[in-house]
Amino acid sequence: MGEYRHRLMDYVREEIMPHRFCVGCGCGTVLNAFVNAVEEIGLEPTKMVCVSGIGCSSWIPSPYFRSDTLHTTHGRPIAFATGVKIMRPDLTVVVIAGDGDVSGIGGNHLIHAARRNIDLSVFMVNNMIYGMTGGQVAPTTPSGTKTSTTPHRNIEPAFKVADLVMTAGATYVARWTTYHVFPLMESMQNAMTRKGFSFIEIISQCPDNYGRRIGKPTANDFLKQFRDDAIRINKTEGMSEEQLDKRIVIGKLCDRERPEYVTQLHEIIREQVAAVKREKTK
Amino acid sequence: MAIEANRKEYLRRLGGKKYFILGDEACAYGAIYAGCDFFAGYPITPATEIAELIALELPKAGGICIQMEDELASIAAIIGAAWTGARTMTATSGPGFSLMQENIGYAIMTETPCVIVNVQRSGPSTGQATKPAQGDVMQARWGTHGDHDIIALAPHSAQECLDLMLDCFNLADIYRTPVILLMDGEIGHIRESVTMPELSTITHAERKLAQPAEDIFGGPELVPGITHYGEGANVHVTGSTHLANGMRDVATPEVHDVLLRRIYRKIADNREQIVRTELDKDTDGKAKIGVIAYGAASRPAHGAVGRARNNGNAVDFLRLITIWPFARTQVVEFCRDLDVLLVPEMNLGQISREIERFVNCRVVSVSKIGGVPHTVEEILTAIEEAV
Repeated sequence: MGEYRHRLMDYVREEIMPHRFCVGCGCGTVLNAFVNAVEEIGLEPTKMVCVSGIGCSSWIPSPYFRSDTLHTTHGRPIAFATGVKIMRPDLTVVVIAGDGDVSGIGGNHLIHAARRNIDLSVFMVNNMIYGMTGGQVAPTTPSGTKTSTTPHRNIEPAFKVADLVMTAGATYVARWTTYHVFPLMESMQNAMTRKGFSFIEIISQCPDNYGRRIGKPTANDFLKQFRDDAIRINKTEGMSEEQLDKRIVIGKLCDRERPEYVTQLHEIIREQVAAVKREKTK
Repeated sequence: MAIEANRKEYLRRLGGKKYFILGDEACAYGAIYAGCDFFAGYPITPATEIAELIALELPKAGGICIQMEDELASIAAIIGAAWTGARTMTATSGPGFSLMQENIGYAIMTETPCVIVNVQRSGPSTGQATKPAQGDVMQARWGTHGDHDIIALAPHSAQECLDLMLDCFNLADIYRTPVILLMDGEIGHIRESVTMPELSTITHAERKLAQPAEDIFGGPELVPGITHYGEGANVHVTGSTHLANGMRDVATPEVHDVLLRRIYRKIADNREQIVRTELDKDTDGKAKIGVIAYGAASRPAHGAVGRARNNGNAVDFLRLITIWPFARTQVVEFCRDLDVLLVPEMNLGQISREIERFVNCRVVSVSKIGGVPHTVEEILTAIEEAV
């Protein structure tokens, strides 16, 4: 029997496999969807830079994805990615990080990157908890939930991050879950090929540090819930905010054309350099 | 590094001109001379004029200047950009410098060349926002967590703000480390005549490239070569403890030990190559009194030394251009035959205490805070009291 090798193994850093995600973690699913999306659109990993922050999902690209990778400080991957993209507009720059990283400590960078409409793809894996540190409340934790730092109950409402990013000005915004792997994959392809700020909120599961405290100790418990709670955005018309709060609105929230930041920045440089040359020949 | 054609075009027009400009503006021109490709910053007094002039002029030389949402983002962006091979910098003052500390540590740990200008103002906190101080000397040394060494230079004139920017960028590339230009509000806002250097006098240090391309965080040299993004080398950069190929290993004590000691030693062991001081010995060579100063405080200090000599007192003077790594050899040599050393600083004795660690003479801190520089008379009085 020949040795089995996954057809997408070239896209991951095989030498450090197996990965360290917990049993049932959603990060493996996201990694799988991501490498499939990269292959599907024929993107060369050597023409990509993957940037991540601190948290479990930041390990999806770094170290596991085989491309140039930048594993940054907590909350800052979008800001680091901004510098990379400005100086190398020819490279596809992808940020994969968690809800705590992107919408908690790094929330300011998220809204400003969306506002600028810089050509980055940000895939925010939202497991609704600070998983790596053992299950503390996140900006995305549903209210009423008991976590290790809200042992009585969480009194804060959960952040609707995709809606925020859409309002801030992103070109492409979508929300999917780890149950909806094929649409997620397709959405990632769209995000990485759109020029402008693309954002996908990926609702994911953390059975170990979240699920076991809320009576969902397995991945299945979450995936069934994602399947049952999900509602396509085009089916939400007429629903009240209260009704929607109980559901996970999935699908493409927006897909539009807006002037892109790096392109305009380089236009200014070309104009200014040309002006200096004209001045000289006068 | 070869100077790019657009920049040459721009600099050729500047060479030899004399401008009556702020220290901040001279710093901005220095950045353009030094080949800065990318600046990211956030407005803050008294450093804003650096960003303003860079925003206006850098694009003419083919470089890019952006304003980010805060100082955390500014330093993050310049570190990210540095990995594409760009020469990058940011400029700020105390509060912004505090915010940048975590990512300065990231730049140290990932050995990312970049330049951070801190135009010091009176603190802590908002302090006297518009007033100068030299209170961030120790923050520049120890502001980020964990063991590390650092390079920091302190200009004392508008001209030197320009000149030292070239040194900052070259040192950053040679030692693959963040370098801090420790200005102060007095020097940033001083308006002086500054000569724009001729293009032919400008040299940019090479950023050594890694051989093989994968080993960018280790190897036999204290400073490993670098491999940039976009070259197909699957470069892996992390602020976690890592192996020579960049892969994370936080569990093996030896890996951390080897990495940290090398990062520390690449600056500490090259101290004599990095350190620059300016010595003004008393002509009779028998001075028992000395003065050491840097940045804004060195100006009235040097003035007071001149006055003291005119009054018949023998006084030696040493100006620190490099603040970190500390000029211990030069300071020890300077103090060898002194009875008293005076250290005027616009803080409560940060360098004075550092000097005490190395010298045998009596060290007198001539502190001044409150946002007003020393007068010549104040330092002269201190010298005469010491006689």
